[in-house]
Amino acid sequence: MFEGFEGGRMSAAFMSAGTSSFTEFLREVKPDLLPGQHLGSGGAATSAEHLTPDATTIVALTFPGGVLLAGDRRATQGNVIANRDMDKLYRTDEFSAVAIAGSAGIGIELAKLYQVELEHYEKLEGRSLSLEGKSNKLAQMVRGNLGMAMQGFVVIPLLVGFDENTEKGRVFSYDAVGGRYEEHRYYSVGSGSVYARGSIKKLYRDDLDETTAIKVALEALYDAADDDSATGGPDLHRKIFPLVDVITEDGHRRISTDEVARLATEVVEGRAVNPDGPRARLG
Amino acid sequence: MSMPFYVAPEQQMKDKADYARKGIARGRSAVVLQYEGGILMVADNMSRTLHKISELYDRIGFAAVGRYPEFENLRLMGVRFADVRGYQFDRRDVSGRQLANIYAQTLGTVFSESLKPWEVEIVVAEVGDTAAEDEIYRITFDGSIVDEQGFVAVGGSSEHVSTQLKDRFAADAPLSAALNAATHALAHENGEERELEAANLEVAILERSRQHRKFRRIHGSRLASLIEEGQRGTTGGASVSGDSGTGAGTGTGDEADE
Repeated sequence: MFEGFEGGRMSAAFMSAGTSSFTEFLREVKPDLLPGQHLGSGGAATSAEHLTPDATTIVALTFPGGVLLAGDRRATQGNVIANRDMDKLYRTDEFSAVAIAGSAGIGIELAKLYQVELEHYEKLEGRSLSLEGKSNKLAQMVRGNLGMAMQGFVVIPLLVGFDENTEKGRVFSYDAVGGRYEEHRYYSVGSGSVYARGSIKKLYRDDLDETTAIKVALEALYDAADDDSATGGPDLHRKIFPLVDVITEDGHRRISTDEVARLATEVVEGRAVNPDGPRARLG
Repeated sequence: MSMPFYVAPEQQMKDKADYARKGIARGRSAVVLQYEGGILMVADNMSRTLHKISELYDRIGFAAVGRYPEFENLRLMGVRFADVRGYQFDRRDVSGRQLANIYAQTLGTVFSESLKPWEVEIVVAEVGDTAAEDEIYRITFDGSIVDEQGFVAVGGSSEHVSTQLKDRFAADAPLSAALNAATHALAHENGEERELEAANLEVAILERSRQHRKFRRIHGSRLASLIEEGQRGTTGGASVSGDSGTGAGTGTGDEADE
Protein backbone atom coordinates (compact mmCIF):
# COMPACT_ATOMS: atom_id res chain seq x y z
CA MET A 1 0.00 0.00 0.00
CA PHE A 2 2.80 2.41 0.80
CA GLU A 3 6.27 1.95 -0.47
CA GLY A 4 8.75 1.09 2.24
CA PHE A 5 5.89 -0.24 4.29
CA GLU A 6 6.31 -3.96 4.52
CA GLY A 7 4.85 -6.38 7.01
CA GLY A 8 2.86 -3.61 8.67
CA ARG A 9 5.95 -1.64 9.62
CA MET A 10 7.79 1.27 8.14
CA SER A 11 11.44 0.44 7.57
CA ALA A 12 13.42 0.94 10.75
CA ALA A 13 15.03 4.12 9.44
CA PHE A 14 11.73 5.98 9.71
CA MET A 15 11.55 5.43 13.45
CA SER A 16 15.19 5.67 14.50
CA ALA A 17 16.34 8.77 16.33
CA GLY A 18 18.74 9.12 13.39
CA THR A 19 19.37 12.29 11.49
CA SER A 20 17.41 15.50 11.14
CA SER A 21 18.74 16.00 7.64
CA PHE A 22 16.27 15.13 4.93
CA THR A 23 19.00 14.53 2.36
CA GLU A 24 20.79 12.03 4.57
CA PHE A 25 17.53 10.31 5.34
CA LEU A 26 16.62 10.09 1.68
CA ARG A 27 20.03 8.66 0.89
CA GLU A 28 19.26 5.88 3.34
CA VAL A 29 15.72 5.01 2.31
CA LYS A 30 15.27 6.21 -1.25
CA PRO A 31 18.58 7.21 -2.82
CA ASP A 32 17.07 7.16 -6.30
CA LEU A 33 15.08 10.29 -5.47
CA LEU A 34 18.18 12.40 -4.87
CA PRO A 35 19.20 14.80 -7.64
CA GLY A 36 21.81 13.60 -10.08
CA GLN A 37 21.62 9.92 -9.15
CA HIS A 38 20.92 8.66 -12.63
CA LEU A 39 23.35 10.60 -14.75
CA GLY A 40 26.41 8.62 -13.78
CA SER A 41 29.69 9.41 -15.44
CA GLY A 42 28.92 8.28 -18.99
CA GLY A 43 29.88 10.58 -21.82
CA ALA A 44 31.74 13.02 -19.68
CA ALA A 45 33.98 13.98 -22.57
CA THR A 46 31.17 15.21 -24.79
CA SER A 47 29.21 18.13 -23.56
CA ALA A 48 25.79 17.27 -22.20
CA GLU A 49 24.78 20.86 -21.60
CA HIS A 50 22.16 20.79 -24.32
CA LEU A 51 20.06 18.47 -22.16
CA THR A 52 18.67 21.16 -19.93
CA PRO A 53 18.15 24.88 -20.47
CA ASP A 54 20.05 27.58 -18.62
CA ALA A 55 18.41 29.86 -16.13
CA THR A 56 19.85 33.32 -16.37
CA THR A 57 20.08 36.50 -14.32
CA ILE A 58 19.32 36.90 -10.60
CA VAL A 59 19.93 39.99 -8.47
CA ALA A 60 19.78 40.43 -4.71
CA LEU A 61 20.15 43.54 -2.62
CA THR A 62 19.70 44.47 0.98
CA PHE A 63 17.89 47.50 2.30
CA PRO A 64 17.39 48.67 5.89
CA GLY A 65 15.17 46.05 7.53
CA GLY A 66 15.19 43.49 4.79
CA VAL A 67 16.51 41.90 1.67
CA LEU A 68 15.22 41.51 -1.85
CA LEU A 69 15.66 38.84 -4.49
CA ALA A 70 14.65 39.32 -8.11
CA GLY A 71 15.02 37.23 -11.22
CA ASP A 72 14.27 37.53 -14.90
CA ARG A 73 11.99 34.94 -16.49
CA ARG A 74 14.01 33.60 -19.37
CA ALA A 75 15.59 30.17 -19.81
CA THR A 76 17.74 29.56 -22.86
CA GLN A 77 19.06 26.54 -24.65
CA GLY A 78 21.93 27.65 -26.86
CA ASN A 79 20.50 30.44 -28.98
CA VAL A 80 16.91 29.35 -28.42
CA ILE A 81 14.62 30.80 -25.77
CA ALA A 82 13.46 27.67 -23.99
CA ASN A 83 11.05 29.36 -21.61
CA ARG A 84 9.72 32.90 -21.28
CA ASP A 85 8.03 32.75 -17.93
CA MET A 86 10.19 30.60 -15.74
CA ASP A 87 10.15 31.05 -11.96
CA LYS A 88 13.70 30.85 -10.60
CA LEU A 89 12.98 32.06 -7.10
CA TYR A 90 12.11 29.64 -4.34
CA ARG A 91 10.75 30.52 -0.94
CA THR A 92 12.71 28.10 1.21
CA ASP A 93 11.20 29.02 4.55
CA GLU A 94 9.66 31.98 6.32
CA PHE A 95 12.95 33.90 6.42
CA SER A 96 14.94 32.75 3.44
CA ALA A 97 14.69 32.35 -0.29
CA VAL A 98 16.96 30.93 -2.92
CA ALA A 99 17.31 31.62 -6.63
CA ILE A 100 19.14 29.55 -9.19
CA ALA A 101 21.22 30.32 -12.23
CA GLY A 102 22.73 27.72 -14.53
CA SER A 103 21.40 24.31 -15.52
CA ALA A 104 17.70 24.64 -14.87
CA GLY A 105 16.77 20.98 -14.50
CA ILE A 106 19.39 20.39 -11.83
CA GLY A 107 18.85 23.73 -10.15
CA ILE A 108 15.11 23.27 -9.71
CA GLU A 109 15.67 19.92 -8.04
CA LEU A 110 18.38 21.36 -5.83
CA ALA A 111 16.13 24.20 -4.72
CA LYS A 112 13.25 21.85 -4.05
CA LEU A 113 15.38 19.52 -1.99
CA TYR A 114 16.86 22.44 -0.07
CA GLN A 115 13.38 23.68 0.73
CA VAL A 116 12.34 20.32 2.17
CA GLU A 117 15.66 20.06 3.98
CA LEU A 118 15.08 23.30 5.92
CA GLU A 119 11.49 22.47 6.75
CA HIS A 120 12.33 18.91 7.73
CA TYR A 121 14.98 20.09 10.16
CA GLU A 122 12.62 22.64 11.61
CA LYS A 123 9.88 20.09 12.20
CA LEU A 124 12.13 17.43 13.68
CA GLU A 125 14.14 19.75 15.88
CA GLY A 126 11.38 22.15 16.80
CA ARG A 127 13.42 25.19 15.73
CA SER A 128 14.80 26.39 12.45
CA LEU A 129 18.45 26.47 11.46
CA SER A 130 20.34 29.71 11.94
CA LEU A 131 20.91 31.69 8.76
CA GLU A 132 24.59 30.69 8.88
CA GLY A 133 23.51 27.08 9.19
CA LYS A 134 21.18 27.43 6.26
CA SER A 135 23.90 28.96 4.11
CA ASN A 136 26.38 26.21 5.01
CA LYS A 137 23.82 23.53 4.27
CA LEU A 138 23.33 24.96 0.80
CA ALA A 139 27.11 25.02 0.28
CA GLN A 140 27.24 21.29 1.01
CA MET A 141 24.47 20.62 -1.44
CA VAL A 142 26.17 22.61 -4.20
CA ARG A 143 29.37 20.73 -3.47
CA GLY A 144 27.42 17.48 -3.80
CA ASN A 145 26.68 18.53 -7.35
CA LEU A 146 30.34 18.86 -8.27
CA GLY A 147 30.36 15.68 -10.38
CA MET A 148 27.53 17.08 -12.43
CA ALA A 149 29.18 20.47 -12.67
CA MET A 150 32.23 18.78 -14.22
CA GLN A 151 29.95 17.45 -16.93
CA GLY A 152 28.68 20.90 -17.65
CA PHE A 153 25.62 21.03 -15.40
CA VAL A 154 26.72 23.95 -13.31
CA VAL A 155 24.21 25.35 -10.84
CA ILE A 156 24.90 28.60 -9.05
CA PRO A 157 22.41 29.48 -6.32
CA LEU A 158 22.02 32.79 -4.56
CA LEU A 159 20.65 32.69 -1.03
CA VAL A 160 19.05 35.61 0.74
CA GLY A 161 17.67 35.62 4.24
CA PHE A 162 16.61 37.80 7.09
CA ASP A 163 18.80 37.22 10.11
CA GLU A 164 16.53 37.36 13.12
CA ASN A 165 19.42 37.89 15.50
CA THR A 166 20.92 40.94 13.87
CA GLU A 167 17.63 41.97 12.21
CA LYS A 168 19.33 42.49 8.89
CA GLY A 169 18.97 41.05 5.45
CA ARG A 170 21.94 39.03 4.23
CA VAL A 171 23.07 37.66 0.88
CA PHE A 172 25.19 34.56 0.23
CA SER A 173 26.71 33.58 -3.09
CA TYR A 174 28.29 30.28 -4.10
CA ASP A 175 30.67 28.93 -6.66
CA ALA A 176 30.33 25.62 -8.48
CA VAL A 177 32.43 23.70 -5.95
CA GLY A 178 30.36 24.87 -3.01
CA GLY A 179 32.45 27.81 -1.87
CA ARG A 180 30.26 30.13 0.16
CA TYR A 181 30.76 33.87 0.17
CA GLU A 182 28.79 36.40 2.11
CA GLU A 183 28.07 39.43 -0.04
CA HIS A 184 27.47 42.87 1.34
CA ARG A 185 24.76 45.16 0.08
CA TYR A 186 24.11 43.56 -3.30
CA TYR A 187 25.05 40.77 -5.64
CA SER A 188 24.04 39.18 -8.90
CA VAL A 189 24.58 35.80 -10.55
CA GLY A 190 23.91 34.32 -13.97
CA SER A 191 24.80 35.19 -17.53
CA GLY A 192 23.73 38.82 -17.30
CA SER A 193 25.16 39.35 -13.82
CA VAL A 194 28.10 41.44 -14.97
CA TYR A 195 25.81 44.09 -16.41
CA ALA A 196 23.32 43.82 -13.58
CA ARG A 197 26.00 44.30 -10.96
CA GLY A 198 27.39 47.29 -12.77
CA SER A 199 23.95 48.79 -12.88
CA ILE A 200 23.18 48.24 -9.19
CA LYS A 201 26.59 49.60 -8.25
CA LYS A 202 25.62 52.97 -9.68
CA LEU A 203 22.10 53.04 -8.28
CA TYR A 204 22.53 51.53 -4.84
CA ARG A 205 22.12 53.71 -1.75
CA ASP A 206 22.35 52.64 1.86
CA ASP A 207 18.98 54.15 2.68
CA LEU A 208 16.84 52.58 -0.01
CA ASP A 209 13.26 51.84 0.97
CA GLU A 210 11.54 48.70 -0.24
CA THR A 211 9.88 50.19 -3.33
CA THR A 212 13.01 51.98 -4.48
CA ALA A 213 15.01 48.82 -3.91
CA ILE A 214 12.61 46.95 -6.19
CA LYS A 215 13.05 49.70 -8.76
CA VAL A 216 16.84 49.37 -8.56
CA ALA A 217 16.54 45.60 -9.08
CA LEU A 218 14.27 46.11 -12.10
CA GLU A 219 16.66 48.66 -13.61
CA ALA A 220 19.50 46.19 -13.12
CA LEU A 221 17.57 43.37 -14.77
CA TYR A 222 16.71 45.71 -17.63
CA ASP A 223 20.38 46.54 -18.09
CA ALA A 224 21.25 42.84 -18.02
CA ALA A 225 18.59 42.11 -20.65
CA ASP A 226 19.88 45.06 -22.67
CA ASP A 227 23.34 43.61 -23.08
CA ASP A 228 22.93 39.88 -22.48
CA SER A 229 20.84 37.98 -25.02
CA ALA A 230 20.07 35.21 -22.53
CA THR A 231 18.34 37.54 -20.07
CA GLY A 232 14.72 38.49 -20.64
CA GLY A 233 13.51 42.03 -20.01
CA PRO A 234 9.99 43.00 -18.95
CA ASP A 235 7.58 41.77 -21.63
CA LEU A 236 4.80 44.37 -21.68
CA HIS A 237 2.87 42.68 -24.47
CA ARG A 238 2.74 39.25 -22.93
CA LYS A 239 2.50 40.72 -19.43
CA ILE A 240 5.54 38.79 -18.25
CA PHE A 241 7.50 40.68 -15.62
CA PRO A 242 10.46 39.83 -13.42
CA LEU A 243 9.64 38.13 -10.12
CA VAL A 244 10.53 39.85 -6.88
CA ASP A 245 10.62 38.33 -3.38
CA VAL A 246 11.11 40.47 -0.29
CA ILE A 247 12.05 39.18 3.15
CA THR A 248 11.67 41.36 6.21
CA GLU A 249 11.03 40.72 9.88
CA ASP A 250 7.44 39.89 8.87
CA GLY A 251 8.71 37.03 6.78
CA HIS A 252 8.78 36.18 3.12
CA ARG A 253 6.53 37.94 0.64
CA ARG A 254 6.26 37.75 -3.11
CA ILE A 255 5.54 41.16 -4.61
CA SER A 256 2.27 41.05 -6.52
CA THR A 257 2.36 40.96 -10.31
CA ASP A 258 0.39 44.22 -10.45
CA GLU A 259 2.94 46.04 -8.32
CA VAL A 260 5.90 44.70 -10.31
CA ALA A 261 4.05 45.47 -13.56
CA ARG A 262 3.54 49.06 -12.47
CA LEU A 263 7.20 49.56 -11.51
CA ALA A 264 8.51 47.69 -14.56
CA THR A 265 6.34 49.81 -16.85
CA GLU A 266 7.83 52.91 -15.23
CA VAL A 267 11.32 51.54 -15.91
CA VAL A 268 10.48 50.79 -19.54
CA GLU A 269 8.91 54.21 -20.03
CA GLY A 270 11.96 55.83 -18.45
CA ARG A 271 14.11 54.05 -21.00
CA ALA A 272 12.00 55.43 -23.83
CA VAL A 273 13.25 58.87 -22.83
CA ASN A 274 16.67 57.79 -21.74
CA PRO A 275 17.66 54.42 -23.27
CA ASP A 276 20.67 53.94 -20.99
CA GLY A 277 18.63 54.46 -17.85
CA PRO A 278 19.11 56.75 -14.88
CA ARG A 279 22.43 58.61 -14.74
CA ALA A 280 24.61 58.50 -11.65
CA ARG A 281 25.65 61.96 -10.48
CA LEU A 282 29.30 62.86 -10.56
CA GLY A 283 30.86 64.74 -7.73
CA MET B 1 14.50 -26.22 30.16
CA SER B 2 11.43 -24.55 31.53
CA MET B 3 8.26 -24.41 29.49
CA PRO B 4 6.39 -21.13 29.42
CA PHE B 5 2.89 -21.26 30.83
CA TYR B 6 0.12 -21.41 28.29
CA VAL B 7 -1.84 -18.20 28.15
CA ALA B 8 -4.95 -18.02 26.00
CA PRO B 9 -4.67 -15.43 23.19
CA GLU B 10 -7.81 -13.66 24.42
CA GLN B 11 -6.25 -13.28 27.84
CA GLN B 12 -2.97 -12.12 26.31
CA MET B 13 -4.70 -9.37 24.30
CA LYS B 14 -6.76 -8.32 27.26
CA ASP B 15 -3.68 -8.07 29.47
CA LYS B 16 -1.88 -6.00 26.89
CA ALA B 17 -4.85 -3.70 26.45
CA ASP B 18 -5.18 -3.23 30.21
CA TYR B 19 -1.50 -2.49 30.48
CA ALA B 20 -1.67 0.11 27.72
CA ARG B 21 -4.80 1.74 29.13
CA LYS B 22 -3.24 2.05 32.56
CA GLY B 23 -0.12 3.61 31.11
CA ILE B 24 -2.10 6.15 29.12
CA ALA B 25 -4.33 6.98 32.09
CA ARG B 26 -1.30 8.11 34.09
CA GLY B 27 -0.82 11.14 31.85
CA ARG B 28 -2.98 14.14 31.13
CA SER B 29 -5.40 14.38 28.22
CA ALA B 30 -5.40 16.37 25.01
CA VAL B 31 -8.25 17.67 22.87
CA VAL B 32 -8.57 18.57 19.21
CA LEU B 33 -11.57 20.50 17.96
CA GLN B 34 -12.80 22.63 15.10
CA TYR B 35 -13.26 26.38 15.49
CA GLU B 36 -14.35 28.98 12.99
CA GLY B 37 -10.88 29.48 11.51
CA GLY B 38 -9.63 25.90 11.41
CA ILE B 39 -8.65 23.30 13.98
CA LEU B 40 -7.52 23.93 17.54
CA MET B 41 -5.28 21.51 19.43
CA VAL B 42 -4.84 21.79 23.19
CA ALA B 43 -2.85 19.60 25.55
CA ASP B 44 -2.23 19.75 29.23
CA ASN B 45 1.55 19.84 29.21
CA MET B 46 3.96 21.24 31.77
CA SER B 47 6.96 21.11 29.47
CA ARG B 48 7.62 23.85 26.97
CA THR B 49 10.02 21.80 24.92
CA LEU B 50 8.79 18.21 24.99
CA HIS B 51 5.79 18.72 22.78
CA LYS B 52 2.61 16.70 22.70
CA ILE B 53 1.39 18.67 19.73
CA SER B 54 3.37 19.11 16.53
CA GLU B 55 3.27 19.80 12.86
CA LEU B 56 3.40 16.89 10.44
CA TYR B 57 2.88 18.67 7.15
CA ASP B 58 1.36 21.77 5.54
CA ARG B 59 -2.21 21.11 6.67
CA ILE B 60 -1.68 18.28 9.09
CA GLY B 61 -1.14 18.36 12.82
CA PHE B 62 -0.36 15.67 15.37
CA ALA B 63 -1.41 15.40 19.01
CA ALA B 64 -0.50 12.57 21.33
CA VAL B 65 -0.79 11.43 24.90
CA GLY B 66 0.97 8.66 26.76
CA ARG B 67 4.66 7.80 26.85
CA TYR B 68 6.75 10.54 25.30
CA PRO B 69 9.51 8.46 23.67
CA GLU B 70 6.95 6.22 22.02
CA PHE B 71 4.81 8.91 20.45
CA GLU B 72 7.93 10.92 19.59
CA ASN B 73 8.99 7.95 17.47
CA LEU B 74 5.65 8.03 15.75
CA ARG B 75 5.94 11.74 15.16
CA LEU B 76 9.37 11.39 13.54
CA MET B 77 8.02 8.62 11.37
CA GLY B 78 5.10 10.76 10.27
CA VAL B 79 7.24 13.78 9.42
CA ARG B 80 9.65 11.63 7.46
CA PHE B 81 6.91 9.81 5.64
CA ALA B 82 5.15 13.07 4.75
CA ASP B 83 8.32 14.83 3.61
CA VAL B 84 9.44 11.93 1.43
CA ARG B 85 6.02 11.65 -0.14
CA GLY B 86 5.66 15.39 -0.68
CA TYR B 87 9.12 15.55 -2.23
CA GLN B 88 8.52 12.53 -4.43
CA PHE B 89 5.15 13.71 -5.73
CA ASP B 90 3.63 17.01 -4.76
CA ARG B 91 2.82 18.79 -1.53
CA ARG B 92 -0.89 18.22 -2.11
CA ASP B 93 -0.36 14.49 -2.29
CA VAL B 94 0.26 14.17 1.44
CA SER B 95 -2.98 13.55 3.28
CA GLY B 96 -4.07 13.07 6.86
CA ARG B 97 -5.75 9.83 5.91
CA GLN B 98 -2.47 8.29 4.70
CA LEU B 99 -0.73 9.29 7.89
CA ALA B 100 -3.55 8.02 10.07
CA ASN B 101 -3.39 4.72 8.19
CA ILE B 102 0.32 4.19 8.65
CA TYR B 103 0.00 5.07 12.32
CA ALA B 104 -2.85 2.61 12.72
CA GLN B 105 -0.93 -0.15 10.98
CA THR B 106 2.22 0.53 12.95
CA LEU B 107 0.43 0.57 16.29
CA GLY B 108 -1.59 -2.51 15.31
CA THR B 109 1.57 -4.42 14.46
CA VAL B 110 3.30 -3.38 17.65
CA PHE B 111 0.25 -4.33 19.69
CA SER B 112 -0.11 -7.81 18.26
CA GLU B 113 3.53 -8.73 17.78
CA SER B 114 5.55 -7.34 20.62
CA LEU B 115 5.33 -8.19 24.27
CA LYS B 116 4.76 -4.65 25.39
CA PRO B 117 2.18 -2.54 23.60
CA TRP B 118 2.84 1.15 23.14
CA GLU B 119 1.10 3.30 25.69
CA VAL B 120 0.03 6.04 23.34
CA GLU B 121 -3.08 7.47 21.82
CA ILE B 122 -2.78 9.91 18.97
CA VAL B 123 -4.78 12.29 16.84
CA VAL B 124 -4.04 13.24 13.26
CA ALA B 125 -5.92 16.34 12.13
CA GLU B 126 -6.01 17.85 8.68
CA VAL B 127 -7.52 21.23 7.97
CA GLY B 128 -9.37 21.46 4.65
CA ASP B 129 -10.35 24.39 2.46
CA THR B 130 -13.75 24.47 4.17
CA ALA B 131 -14.88 23.27 7.58
CA ALA B 132 -16.71 20.37 5.93
CA GLU B 133 -13.41 19.09 4.55
CA ASP B 134 -11.63 19.00 7.90
CA GLU B 135 -10.54 15.54 8.98
CA ILE B 136 -9.81 14.38 12.50
CA TYR B 137 -8.63 10.83 13.18
CA ARG B 138 -8.09 9.20 16.53
CA ILE B 139 -5.75 6.22 16.63
CA THR B 140 -5.57 4.09 19.75
CA PHE B 141 -2.78 1.89 21.15
CA ASP B 142 -4.14 -1.25 19.42
CA GLY B 143 -4.25 0.36 15.98
CA SER B 144 -7.96 1.11 15.85
CA ILE B 145 -8.73 4.20 13.89
CA VAL B 146 -11.79 6.39 14.29
CA ASP B 147 -12.84 9.22 11.99
CA GLU B 148 -14.09 11.82 14.47
CA GLN B 149 -16.54 14.60 13.74
CA GLY B 150 -15.94 18.06 15.13
CA PHE B 151 -13.96 17.29 18.23
CA VAL B 152 -12.06 14.52 20.00
CA ALA B 153 -10.39 13.96 23.33
CA VAL B 154 -7.58 11.50 23.93
CA GLY B 155 -6.03 10.31 27.14
CA GLY B 156 -6.86 8.26 30.19
CA SER B 157 -10.13 9.92 30.99
CA SER B 158 -10.99 10.91 27.46
CA GLU B 159 -14.63 9.90 27.84
CA HIS B 160 -15.05 12.27 30.71
CA VAL B 161 -13.28 15.04 28.86
CA SER B 162 -15.36 14.50 25.72
CA THR B 163 -18.59 14.68 27.67
CA GLN B 164 -17.48 18.00 29.09
CA LEU B 165 -16.40 19.22 25.69
CA LYS B 166 -19.60 18.14 23.97
CA ASP B 167 -21.69 20.59 25.99
CA ARG B 168 -19.61 23.55 25.01
CA PHE B 169 -18.41 22.64 21.56
CA ALA B 170 -19.47 24.65 18.53
CA ALA B 171 -17.71 24.20 15.21
CA ASP B 172 -18.11 27.89 14.34
CA ALA B 173 -16.99 29.32 17.67
CA PRO B 174 -14.26 31.95 17.64
CA LEU B 175 -10.82 30.85 18.78
CA SER B 176 -11.08 32.24 22.32
CA ALA B 177 -14.40 30.48 22.93
CA ALA B 178 -13.11 27.21 21.50
CA LEU B 179 -10.03 27.48 23.67
CA ASN B 180 -12.20 28.16 26.67
CA ALA B 181 -14.28 25.06 25.96
CA ALA B 182 -11.14 22.98 25.57
CA THR B 183 -9.48 24.18 28.78
CA HIS B 184 -12.73 23.77 30.67
CA ALA B 185 -12.95 20.17 29.54
CA LEU B 186 -9.30 19.49 30.39
CA ALA B 187 -9.64 21.11 33.78
CA HIS B 188 -12.51 18.79 34.69
CA GLU B 189 -10.63 15.66 33.82
CA ASN B 190 -11.10 12.84 36.36
CA GLY B 191 -14.07 14.63 37.83
CA GLU B 192 -11.73 17.03 39.63
CA GLU B 193 -11.67 20.73 39.02
CA ARG B 194 -8.33 22.36 38.46
CA GLU B 195 -7.23 25.76 37.38
CA LEU B 196 -5.30 25.57 34.11
CA GLU B 197 -2.89 28.38 33.44
CA ALA B 198 -1.18 29.39 30.25
CA ALA B 199 2.05 27.81 31.50
CA ASN B 200 0.39 24.39 31.74
CA LEU B 201 -1.11 24.47 28.32
CA GLU B 202 0.30 23.59 24.98
CA VAL B 203 -1.82 25.17 22.28
CA ALA B 204 -1.55 25.15 18.51
CA ILE B 205 -3.85 25.82 15.61
CA LEU B 206 -4.16 24.74 12.01
CA GLU B 207 -5.28 28.01 10.52
CA ARG B 208 -7.33 27.66 7.37
CA SER B 209 -6.59 31.13 5.99
CA ARG B 210 -2.84 30.88 6.48
CA GLN B 211 -0.50 30.53 3.50
CA HIS B 212 1.86 27.58 2.99
CA ARG B 213 2.15 25.85 6.34
CA LYS B 214 -0.99 26.19 8.39
CA PHE B 215 0.34 24.99 11.72
CA ARG B 216 1.11 27.61 14.30
CA ARG B 217 1.83 27.45 18.02
CA ILE B 218 0.19 29.88 20.36
CA HIS B 219 2.08 30.78 23.50
CA GLY B 220 3.20 33.60 25.73
CA SER B 221 1.18 36.77 25.96
CA ARG B 222 -1.04 35.90 23.05
CA LEU B 223 -2.15 32.70 24.75
CA ALA B 224 -2.72 34.50 28.04
CA SER B 225 -4.89 37.12 26.37
CA LEU B 226 -6.88 34.47 24.50
CA ILE B 227 -7.55 32.62 27.72
CA GLU B 228 -8.65 35.79 29.41
CA GLU B 229 -10.86 36.69 26.49
CA GLY B 230 -12.39 33.21 26.56
CA GLN B 231 -13.08 33.43 30.28
CA ARG B 232 -14.77 36.77 29.95
CA GLY B 233 -16.94 35.02 27.40
CA THR B 234 -16.24 37.80 25.00
CA THR B 235 -18.26 37.44 21.86
CA GLY B 236 -17.60 38.73 18.43
CA GLY B 237 -13.95 39.62 18.93
CA ALA B 238 -12.27 37.74 16.16
CA SER B 239 -9.17 39.89 16.04
CA VAL B 240 -7.29 37.01 17.58
CA SER B 241 -5.13 36.04 14.68
CA GLY B 242 -2.04 38.11 15.28
CA ASP B 243 -0.47 38.06 11.86
CA SER B 244 -1.99 37.55 8.42
CA GLY B 245 -5.36 35.89 8.17
CA THR B 246 -8.56 37.75 7.60
CA GLY B 247 -10.20 36.06 10.62
CA ALA B 248 -13.77 36.22 9.37
CA GLY B 249 -14.88 38.83 11.84
CA THR B 250 -18.20 38.62 13.56
CA GLY B 251 -18.54 35.31 15.34
CA THR B 252 -21.32 34.93 17.84
CA GLY B 253 -19.73 32.66 20.37
CA ASP B 254 -22.79 32.40 22.56
CA GLU B 255 -22.66 28.63 22.77
CA ALA B 256 -19.57 28.72 24.86
CA ASP B 257 -20.92 31.33 27.16
CA GLU B 258 -23.38 29.65 29.41
